[in-house]
Amino acid sequence: MGAMVDILKGVMATRSGKIGVVLVTFHLVLALVAPWLVPFDFDAQSAVIDHAGPSLAHWAGLDILGRDVLTRTMLGGREALLVTLFGTGLAVIWGSFFGVLAGYLGGRVDDLIMRSVDIFLAIPWMIFLLLVIASFGNAPMVMILTLGFFYGIGVVRMARAATLEVVVKDYVLAAKARGESTLSIMANEILPNVRDVLMVESAMRWSWMLLAFSALSFLGFGVTPPTPDWGLMIANSRIYLALAPWPVLMPMIALSSLIIGINLTADALAKSLGVDKTTRALV
Amino acid sequence: MTAPLLTIENLSIGFRGPDDQPVFIVREVNMSLAAGETLGLVGESGCGKSSLLLAMMGYYKPGLGRLSGSLSYDGEDPGLISSHQLQALRGGGMALIPQNAGQALTPTLRIKAQMIEVLRLHSDLAPSAWHPRCIELFERVKLPAPEQMLKRYPHELSGGQQQRVAIAMALAGEPNLLLLDEPTTGLDVTTQVEVLALLQEICRDLGTAMVYVSHDIQVIQKVCNQIAIMYAGEIVEMGSRATLLAAPVHPYTQGLLASIPRLHQQTLPRPIAGEMLQPVHRGSSVGCGYANRCLLATDQCQATSPAPRVVMDRWVKCHEVEAAVAGELIRPAQKLLAPALGENLLLAVEDLSVSYQRPSLVRALLGHKPLATVQGVTFGIRQGEILGLVGESGSGKSTILKTIAGLQRSLSGRITLSGTDDLAGPVESRARGCLRKVQLVFQNPDASLNPRKTIGEILRRPLELYFELAPTVMNDEVDALLHRVNLPESYKGRFPGQLSGGEKQRVAIARALAAKPELILCDEITSALDVSVQAAILKLLLDLRADSGVSLLFVSHDLAVVETLCDSVLVLEGGEVREAGLCAEVFKNPQHAYTQALMKAVPIADPRKRKDENDVVHIT
Amino acid sequence: MLRLIARRLIFAVVTLWVVSMVVFSAIELLPGDACQAFLGQMAQGKRLENCRTEHNLNAPAYVRYADWALGLSAGDLGKSIKRSKPLEDIIGPRFRNTVILGMTAALVGIPLAILLGALAALYRDRRPDLWISFIAIFCMTVPEFITGTLLISFFSVWLGWLPGIVIMRADAPLLDVLSKIVLPVMTLTLVMVAHIMRMVRTSMIDVLASDFVMMSQLKGVSRLRQVLMHALPNALLPTINLIALNIAWLMGGVLVVEVVFNYPGIGRLSVNAISDRDFPLVQAIALLMASLYVGLNLIADLLALLLNPKLRSRGVG
Repeated sequence: MGAMVDILKGVMATRSGKIGVVLVTFHLVLALVAPWLVPFDFDAQSAVIDHAGPSLAHWAGLDILGRDVLTRTMLGGREALLVTLFGTGLAVIWGSFFGVLAGYLGGRVDDLIMRSVDIFLAIPWMIFLLLVIASFGNAPMVMILTLGFFYGIGVVRMARAATLEVVVKDYVLAAKARGESTLSIMANEILPNVRDVLMVESAMRWSWMLLAFSALSFLGFGVTPPTPDWGLMIANSRIYLALAPWPVLMPMIALSSLIIGINLTADALAKSLGVDKTTRALV
Repeated sequence: MTAPLLTIENLSIGFRGPDDQPVFIVREVNMSLAAGETLGLVGESGCGKSSLLLAMMGYYKPGLGRLSGSLSYDGEDPGLISSHQLQALRGGGMALIPQNAGQALTPTLRIKAQMIEVLRLHSDLAPSAWHPRCIELFERVKLPAPEQMLKRYPHELSGGQQQRVAIAMALAGEPNLLLLDEPTTGLDVTTQVEVLALLQEICRDLGTAMVYVSHDIQVIQKVCNQIAIMYAGEIVEMGSRATLLAAPVHPYTQGLLASIPRLHQQTLPRPIAGEMLQPVHRGSSVGCGYANRCLLATDQCQATSPAPRVVMDRWVKCHEVEAAVAGELIRPAQKLLAPALGENLLLAVEDLSVSYQRPSLVRALLGHKPLATVQGVTFGIRQGEILGLVGESGSGKSTILKTIAGLQRSLSGRITLSGTDDLAGPVESRARGCLRKVQLVFQNPDASLNPRKTIGEILRRPLELYFELAPTVMNDEVDALLHRVNLPESYKGRFPGQLSGGEKQRVAIARALAAKPELILCDEITSALDVSVQAAILKLLLDLRADSGVSLLFVSHDLAVVETLCDSVLVLEGGEVREAGLCAEVFKNPQHAYTQALMKAVPIADPRKRKDENDVVHIT
Repeated sequence: MLRLIARRLIFAVVTLWVVSMVVFSAIELLPGDACQAFLGQMAQGKRLENCRTEHNLNAPAYVRYADWALGLSAGDLGKSIKRSKPLEDIIGPRFRNTVILGMTAALVGIPLAILLGALAALYRDRRPDLWISFIAIFCMTVPEFITGTLLISFFSVWLGWLPGIVIMRADAPLLDVLSKIVLPVMTLTLVMVAHIMRMVRTSMIDVLASDFVMMSQLKGVSRLRQVLMHALPNALLPTINLIALNIAWLMGGVLVVEVVFNYPGIGRLSVNAISDRDFPLVQAIALLMASLYVGLNLIADLLALLLNPKLRSRGVG
């Protein structure tokens, strides 16, 4: 616990880290409490007018169907956050397990895992995602499993690379010579030393998964209307951008601020943990 | 006497700490060097010798800078001239020969391109003359097949060849001053001898002045006429080689010379207590940097920095010079005699062969035999014996050790412990009780302890694994282990990053001891340590053996260390045993030509053994 | 070296073969067959039966896979369920358009990214680096559909300089295509530059701290030459493969960009095909994208082999 506090302090030491943490916390808290805060029902249509600009009643105006934009924006990140948080968790868990395993065992196991990773990377993941969603629907569970699977492939590569740096250290050899089991070495010797890299990379991957989720909902595959969602709101309102900018701008700002917040936090985290040398590549 | 080529006055290098306090890497250094003179800068790692050397070229590592003082080469300060002049000076007037030539050559450029780069910048030769000049330089540094060398990439050369290319490159600009930064560290002893001979020859023939930085005073005294001893950023003693080595004055110089293990001297090297403080810990303290380790230190030493004085034809920075001159700090300690060794073999290695090639089905079908790194090695270790395994890189000494530890599969042969336990198989196939009996200590103390675990956790792990102990007993056991390696109990809560190199190595030894082993395998465990710390570790090993009768297999490339520590020795070359026997006999009368060559290659730090020079006493 | 190249080639072919199996079986595993998916859950009787006969769906899976794979190796992509035209004619021009879009973005983006990455590394933690890195974070974090929408509203709605949405036939002549892709290329480039720039920066910082760059400085080599001759080539070598991998991953974004700009490429086609549940078309597109990926990585492998003396001489032995 003390370690977590120290890490947070390190992140908050820089200005960009502070901004990042504030943004991320704001979004997380908002997602939790928004249902009790919103001024209107997200599906309620104003009978009188649509596409109205900001007013005292509707601070961010109304959309084409006359629904309150502020309400929908406040609620629009909930499903995205739910899916991507669990999805990232899943990706990091299975990805780092196989990555550390491949890096530590080396030899044939490593060959097998890495060749499979190479092959899976060749599969056009976006098409696959759309296909799965088109067939099995867009229930959060489906999204979590598929996103978690595809994003885990990159985690395998990354975790393996981090492990390879640790595995050559004599303390790993010492543990092996002592007769420790493979699982114990992975958990006690390797994991604590790749933890920092994993944390930073997980944060980055969370932001990319959010990008992917919002792209999916922009394409109409992410959530089912009338559930409010930023990507879908942008897709539905963007053709009226010149006429009514609010229904586009609000979700745009919300989504971007969340993703930028995550990235600023991840960068500050990397710097304070001294792992800013990692490539932080997509895969 | 001509005007000095290089003068340094009151030079301090460092950075500004958090409170704008200066942190000194190099502190108030004064020296001068005449044309053609050779000066050796000796000091432990972190004493600031490399920073001082680079400052002579007007270069400071990122984050560092000159805090005060002045520097002048040929009448000009490299820190004040234009970048154009500086570019002409670097590689032209003065040239650097770097520590690790393999990493100092650009991997993507052929040797020729890198040589010509220097010639274009620092010679007046026409482009057509570049190629012949390269060949000439390569012949000068005795590189074989110079034409082919030019076409190669750096990674296609051996370590010795890379170092020769670096020397040729430095000579290409016909410099008046050569700066050498540990140019032979990392080379095998036999290669080192050749490179040192070449450097001596260059000095003699070309009359180039030299500043030679090394941690190894034995190497320095082969090449340099002047010696400066650095400690904690300061030059503490400087004088001609003969006077300085014959009668060292500064307590640190005395201690340093006494801590070096030497061939053919039946004495134990004497450690200096403690370790040098790192710059950040030294801070801007005002006292003598050596005061915390010095036996003669007084209150004055803690309070003020000593002013340099000329004593006995040399320049010394010490408050207690008189006491140092009078006192006999160097008291040769007697070599501890091995306890009577039993006849019973603890470890028997018979006809061991090891290969790093993965056995593949295709190769086996084609009848290819895997290339063996170690071939047909046989030896034994008795109860309480210390056996030295000596050889150059690639001799297979570490491979043998790893095979015994079960980290490397053997190809054939038998390894047995106490006549019953079979150690031929890998770790996975061994019983826990058998694993406990053989423990391992590694070379690099920075890599051998998990940085995320406290010292207490590290020491507790083998106890948990091999013994079933109650928590309170466990705690006492950890305390006892720390005590045995002379570390305070308070270290339990620290992380490895908070310990110095020597302390980490003590923890690594304590971890091995925790298993109550019968055999400890030591893989070059002192080679990453400073010589004054190494002596303490050697002493510790001998004490442990005396206390518990544990046997040691001690792998090393350093003959003097092996002679000092071991009872018997095994000389390896190319994976085969060249010579084996008791230390006393092998070192006195080596039979095999390779052993003789190895022993000849050891530089001897004894001025009386070298009478060929006309030493110039030159004191600023 | 030849052996290395041969190994890479063989692996590329194996990869494609495995991908084709994965794609085929994934579609096999989806609920309902291609005809049912296309005609809907309610479809029954004659129509479904005809469709199944026409697309040979009554044969066992391995037979259909063999048919499909054999067809593919002969250049026959298969038959669309919805459209009567041969798949080659549907996919061909759109595939060309996507390749044009991606290549233009790469040609603009990679040199720019290398330049910016090197600059940021040279000025590490100082003004230029902070600015470049900050803008990069924006570019890589704002989703493509937002960047695209913003670019449209700025350049076409507000300034009126460029067409916002691409209106053209899929098989329009090359020049027509090039004149219309400025905004889509810009959108794609921004993301790509940001990612690659960060990789180059990290690698360059590593190399700038290396002994050989310091040594070149102490040999009196000028700063420009140090960077161009000694540092940059060594910084780029390890990033070549990484760049290829990431470009391939970013190809997922092409899908969105094409939809935003209504660009007649393979990405938008795939979205339509999935909406239409035209599985044979999806199958063909997926395999085509995979070959694009494999090809790209093969090129990167060969390039790395060609430029890295260490790899080259290892191949000889």
